Amino acid sequence: MSLKAKNRIDLLSRFLILLVVIIGLAIMQPGAFLSVSNLSQVVFQQTPFTLLMAFGMSLAIISKGIDISMASNMVLSSYLSASYFQAGNYLTGVAVSLGVGVLFGLLNGILISKIKIEPFVATFSVDFVALGLAYVVCDGKYVYGFPDGFRALTNGALIPGLPNIALVTILVFALLYLLTKHTVYGRSLYSLGHNRTAARLSGMRSDEIVISVYVINGLLASLTGILYLARLNAADPTIKGSLTIDSLASALIGGIAFGGGKGSVLNTVIGALVIMFIRNGMNIMGVSTNWQQAVVGFVILFSVFYEYALNHIMVRFADKRGGKSAQAA
Amino acid sequence: MSISVNEENVILRLSGITKRFPGTLALDQVQLTCEKGKVHILLGENGAGKSTLVKIICGVYKRDEGTMWYDGREVHYTDVRQSMDAGISIIHQELNLLPERTIAQNIYLGNEPMVKGMKGVVDYKKMIRDSKELMESLGLNMNPNTLVKKLSIAQMQMVEVVKALSKEVKLVIMDEPTSSLTSREITKLFEIVERLKARGVAIIYISHRMDEIKRIGDHVTVMRDGKYIDTVSVPEVDLDTLISMMVGRRIEKMYERNYRQPGELVFETNNLCGYRFRNVNISVRSGEIVSLSGLIGAGRTEIAKAVFGDEPIEGGSYKLYGKEIRRTTPRKSVRNSMGLLPEDRKIEGLVLQMSIKENLTSASLGQVFKGGILRSAPEDAIGQKYVEKLKIATPNAEKLVGELSGGNQQKVVIGKWLETGCKFLIIDEPTRGIDIGAKSEIYHLLDQLVGEGYGILMISSELSEVVGISDRVYVMKDGEITGEVTRENLTQEAIMRCAVGGEGA
Repeated sequence: MSLKAKNRIDLLSRFLILLVVIIGLAIMQPGAFLSVSNLSQVVFQQTPFTLLMAFGMSLAIISKGIDISMASNMVLSSYLSASYFQAGNYLTGVAVSLGVGVLFGLLNGILISKIKIEPFVATFSVDFVALGLAYVVCDGKYVYGFPDGFRALTNGALIPGLPNIALVTILVFALLYLLTKHTVYGRSLYSLGHNRTAARLSGMRSDEIVISVYVINGLLASLTGILYLARLNAADPTIKGSLTIDSLASALIGGIAFGGGKGSVLNTVIGALVIMFIRNGMNIMGVSTNWQQAVVGFVILFSVFYEYALNHIMVRFADKRGGKSAQAA
Repeated sequence: MSISVNEENVILRLSGITKRFPGTLALDQVQLTCEKGKVHILLGENGAGKSTLVKIICGVYKRDEGTMWYDGREVHYTDVRQSMDAGISIIHQELNLLPERTIAQNIYLGNEPMVKGMKGVVDYKKMIRDSKELMESLGLNMNPNTLVKKLSIAQMQMVEVVKALSKEVKLVIMDEPTSSLTSREITKLFEIVERLKARGVAIIYISHRMDEIKRIGDHVTVMRDGKYIDTVSVPEVDLDTLISMMVGRRIEKMYERNYRQPGELVFETNNLCGYRFRNVNISVRSGEIVSLSGLIGAGRTEIAKAVFGDEPIEGGSYKLYGKEIRRTTPRKSVRNSMGLLPEDRKIEGLVLQMSIKENLTSASLGQVFKGGILRSAPEDAIGQKYVEKLKIATPNAEKLVGELSGGNQQKVVIGKWLETGCKFLIIDEPTRGIDIGAKSEIYHLLDQLVGEGYGILMISSELSEVVGISDRVYVMKDGEITGEVTRENLTQEAIMRCAVGGEGA
């Protein structure tokens, strides 16, 4: 079986998972779940935040790493820039937010590629550093109340019917898809995700590409932070919530595999929809947040198991077909 | 079968052995008869089914059809433990020793002698005494209290042998035991084989090396594509016949040396020093293959890595096309028009999970895709070009490199460097783990490249290939160049004299 065929089957099977989740919820809660307002709320208002984070998580996993620090990076960058946005000083706000995001991304990248700390350990520590700093700076003082013009960033609709937050997410998706699938940069990223040594010995800038992945994640974190400020009308370190675990679950159930080099941001979109529909369904059914945590954890375990089973089935299938054609020849 | 066997001496008889895996027939009606005190060579290319057969003998795999008689009765082993208890021992190609334990502890691992009457308490004194005795009986003089990590690869191999013989054995299976040994150590191993023969132990010996067959083999069974081809008596057969039985066709000429016209100097080192080598002065001209020969661990691969920028240069410099280089990185080396075909192609040379064409362009992405945007047309053309030019056996260039045979994988690595347009190649063990047929193709290809003006620096542990295709040979010992042998004087003996140094040099 060619790699293309394999990837297509993989992607299709993830899409089926999404369908199963939607159909399941539609049967269980036909009224509340299947309404246009609920579906559009989930897809256009709730999923984008998780998805923007999950894009970054996916890039990191494709490069054979992981990025636990994005949500805290988002919290810190949004908190530090909040007062500028509040004052209508947008340019400074954007500069501070992006600056903080990039700085922590750069820190991750250098720790991982140059100092060779395990990506999990590096980003897990940086996550605490960023969140800790956010609490220190905040010191119980929340910033709230932003100008309407700023809030329109999330809540307005430049294209009628499509909230700006969804529009931004679609643009980011398109950009990342082109970058990873249609550029030399993307090819190098996938190559080093599969085999770092071979990529380096082929003359690819492997260290720089790894650093750039975490810098992109920093940018994504600060962008999400700005959008979050506009949505919540408040800067608050507790907004981190379950974003890290949700974005990880999205990437994995969508088909981004820990081995590195597998899947694309299209997989991430499907994965994030699966997670957000499951959460939405649980909310409708009145499942407590404690139970929701357990369910998302279970989804992560299921994804790893599913990845293994799917590979196994495809190998068996390829063997059978290979055997047949060999016998025919 | 074209050998006569003494029925009384037969210890193992396999007939009609068939083994199916999903989609493939791994073994098809294979037979094998081993006699006590005889070395039976199992010969065949990679994928011929040798290891599957061995695993069936040991009970790792279950046979689908056929019978196995061992030591006078039909047996059905379902577990390695059973075959071990019956006196079948296997020496693997890879070392399975615990580095932090002593020789004696390794020899008796899982089989420790216990203090009388106290189950679970190891009798270390007896263990040391027994292992010393055992080693002496094999002509080995090693201290049983030495930690295994302090031994050389060859000594570790010997410990593996001793471990295999620490139990009562009737049949020993050796799977390419000499692949990491030097010729001296091989001689030592063969002495042990002779001792075992004298004791009446039957030996199944798996090897790729043709010269070993004549040295120690009594009988040889040739397998190809899971099928039994023939069993012949070693003294009555010539190597060319064996090769053609093994490959299925005659290889006209193993080595090829057509167009050798050394041109301008491409590569020259000036007192190059690095990890494990010092003051190396070597040069390569366009149109010649220069080899770095010497024992494993002499520092040859380290030179290649330092020159390519994978390890630091600690002193000196080298000139590439006249440009002096003191510090470099793999990326700079690729830009300086140099290619490295690494020792371990699966880890260092290729991305196995990507396609042939993606691997072919991996070292020249910037040149192939102007502006950094991927396009399928140029990549498809490159894929097609090298599949044809290098005769890569594949239906198309979309196939994953991991699904190719070793020889075809190596061709992809070569293609990858050709596409960069480099004219200087360092090739490290270019034919390791490659079938004879594909080896010969690689040699022909290298010869063709040299004809096109490439300069090639080859590192190889296979003396026959060094002598077969090189124009000049530098010999290394303990990190230093100890001699240079030119084409006129190029023999395996001349190389070994420099490599071992001291006596007779």
